[in-house]
Amino acid sequence: MYLDKKYEDFRKEIREFAEKEIEPKAQEADEKAQFPYENIKKVAQLGLLGMVVPPEYSGTGIDTLKYAIAVEELSRVCGSTGITVAAHNSLAISPLYLFGSEEQKKKYIPPLAKGEKLGAFGLTEPDAGSDAGGTKTTAVLKGDSYVINGSKCFITNASVAETFVITAVTDKTKGTKGISSFVLEKGMKGFTVGKKENKMGIRGSDTATLHFEDLKVPRENLLGKEGEGFKQFLVTLDSGRISIGAMALGIAQGAFEKALKYAKETIQFEKPLIESQAIQFKLADMATQIEAARHLIYHAAFLEDRGQKYVKESAMAKLFASEIGRFVTYEAIQIFGEYGYSRRYPVERYLRDVKLCEIGEGTSEIQRLVIFRELIK
Amino acid sequence: MDFELTEDQKMIKEAAREFASERLAPKAQEFDEKEEIPRDLYKELAELGYMGMLMPEEYGGSGLDFISYILVMEEFARACAALQISLSVHNSLVCDAIFKFGTEEQKKKYLPKLTRGEFIGAYSLTEPQAGTDAGSIKTNAVLKGSNYLVNGTKTFVTNAGIADLFVLFVSTSPEAKSKGISCILIEKGLKGFKVGTKEKKMGIRGSDTREISFEDCLVPKENLIGEENKDFRIALELLDSGRIGVGAQAVGIAQSAMNEALKYSKERVQFGQPICNFQAIQFKLASMATQIEAARLLVHHAAWLKQNNIRCTKEASMAKLFASEAANYVVNEAVQIHGGYGYMKEYAVERYFRDARVTEIYEGTSEAQRMVISRDLLK
Repeated sequence: MYLDKKYEDFRKEIREFAEKEIEPKAQEADEKAQFPYENIKKVAQLGLLGMVVPPEYSGTGIDTLKYAIAVEELSRVCGSTGITVAAHNSLAISPLYLFGSEEQKKKYIPPLAKGEKLGAFGLTEPDAGSDAGGTKTTAVLKGDSYVINGSKCFITNASVAETFVITAVTDKTKGTKGISSFVLEKGMKGFTVGKKENKMGIRGSDTATLHFEDLKVPRENLLGKEGEGFKQFLVTLDSGRISIGAMALGIAQGAFEKALKYAKETIQFEKPLIESQAIQFKLADMATQIEAARHLIYHAAFLEDRGQKYVKESAMAKLFASEIGRFVTYEAIQIFGEYGYSRRYPVERYLRDVKLCEIGEGTSEIQRLVIFRELIK
Repeated sequence: MDFELTEDQKMIKEAAREFASERLAPKAQEFDEKEEIPRDLYKELAELGYMGMLMPEEYGGSGLDFISYILVMEEFARACAALQISLSVHNSLVCDAIFKFGTEEQKKKYLPKLTRGEFIGAYSLTEPQAGTDAGSIKTNAVLKGSNYLVNGTKTFVTNAGIADLFVLFVSTSPEAKSKGISCILIEKGLKGFKVGTKEKKMGIRGSDTREISFEDCLVPKENLIGEENKDFRIALELLDSGRIGVGAQAVGIAQSAMNEALKYSKERVQFGQPICNFQAIQFKLASMATQIEAARLLVHHAAWLKQNNIRCTKEASMAKLFASEAANYVVNEAVQIHGGYGYMKEYAVERYFRDARVTEIYEGTSEAQRMVISRDLLK
């Protein structure tokens, strides 16, 4: 896809960094299910932990298109790094920036944007997945504090984060309009983080449960007003989808390039694999699907940057990119044959990593619901 | 790359949509059933500037930029794919071949007639034994004095029965294969030039497709376009815009099919409620809309590259490949949503289903597109 030079220059910068600094650690992060602390430190130095906020909050204030390119390039070499950065920016910093008071913004955002602290977003619960309105965690106002009880699960960055945005029910009688958001900090009394999940992919990324037991949170930690939580997370997720789409795109691009290189170098039937039409056509399809996904993601980013409506477009971008991500990584393994199935090559990790993109931040089924709702309007 | 249309482009798109929905859509079924588009319609199209869209005003054209042209093509295809492909051949293959590669004399002689709709153009490359392998054409032209002596047969020629002027690819140096190909202009009615019977087709039935043959047909030497033996490049260059045009056609057909299916799903009541209340139908529509959106962006991007004179062979192929496959998926689902009614001719989706099929075949099959794309990957 043809982009302005400023975007291609930006891509080049991130790509060089990612290949030099992030890629060498990717396999280890996956195998040991180890959070890539070193990678994240380096990512912070490049300003990639404050991409969605302006310099006044210590961010880089780049536009959504550049943000998407950054997540894409990181994910091209390491899905775990990609998701960590995407969740930190889109799910933790974004709601603080969009819905926080000036005081909250000044207090919480700069340490996150500088990468001194990591952020996480607690929405999903054991019984409230796609049906996020079915939140059971409660927050009851007692004097100057809310008392929060409940738990959250599958929270990205849970045990490495120090600042959390979570949702809880403040008024049971109001349904989704009775959900509110709160800012939590690590170490608050009654707030514990559970055991790390053992996952299929993005194993370097940290995923765990959050538990709240009579957790007392000062009243000023309410984000926005009471009852705005549901609306807030819908907005947060609309934008977050672009980054998960970009993550899927990056993983697909990485797998494709590796398969292309392998097909050029490997000799079968006394000629390079790529001279076989069956392999050529696979690669042509993979490239075409990737190109289409890139258009959808960049177009959604463009709409967000222009302040235009992009709910349908970001859902389409995320849906399409994650589904073709699975197709492309699957075919990449096929081109590598048995080598692709082994851990000698990273493409099997790419398939495991990209599967998350069809599930996290709204399953493909939820994306289709969102798209349909926009169509029928 | 700019995703945003200019104000002019938006206006042109709007005007084309209006014209297509008022004048083309109501007639599309009739064109399909009668396997014919009346000549009068082309006059009307010419008056509105649609017969010389890409030509500058000095030749009577409307001087549209390429993106605008593609927008018009999508709008027309939404209403009637048969008329749209006929116009696409006339505008982007015939007029453009003469404009880009012809002599000033040829331009002056033919372009005003074409843009005024006095002449309809046809373009013929494919032969019975040379489809995807277009470099192996056998129709030959031998220079005899001041004429070429043309012999051979071309097949699946769009507009053949209604065309007045043919852009014909011939072999002038058979031993050189694709490097011995030339391009000549042939007017209807020359002695030895025979137009065959109309092909009966699955879809785009309003468009007139025939075989044409030449038996010792004498064509004046000055009708050569460009240089002798060098003009397979004309075919290759025009292919990019032709492919983007077919991509736009596929997007147009798909969009109409989706719109019809969405409309039907709101009206059709089963199990006591409109079928759009069922998730099985909702998810089909969401997937269809997503494929169309991706296809449109690929087509638009390829058109943008073409307009900015950036090489776009791979992108045009990707756009055509993706859009045509997406369209076939979408029309199939649109028929499915209509159930038994979708199989009946009283609903337009039946025609869209048949019309969409050809987009995976002409201007290079999907297999040919994959060859082009993978060749680019090998570089």
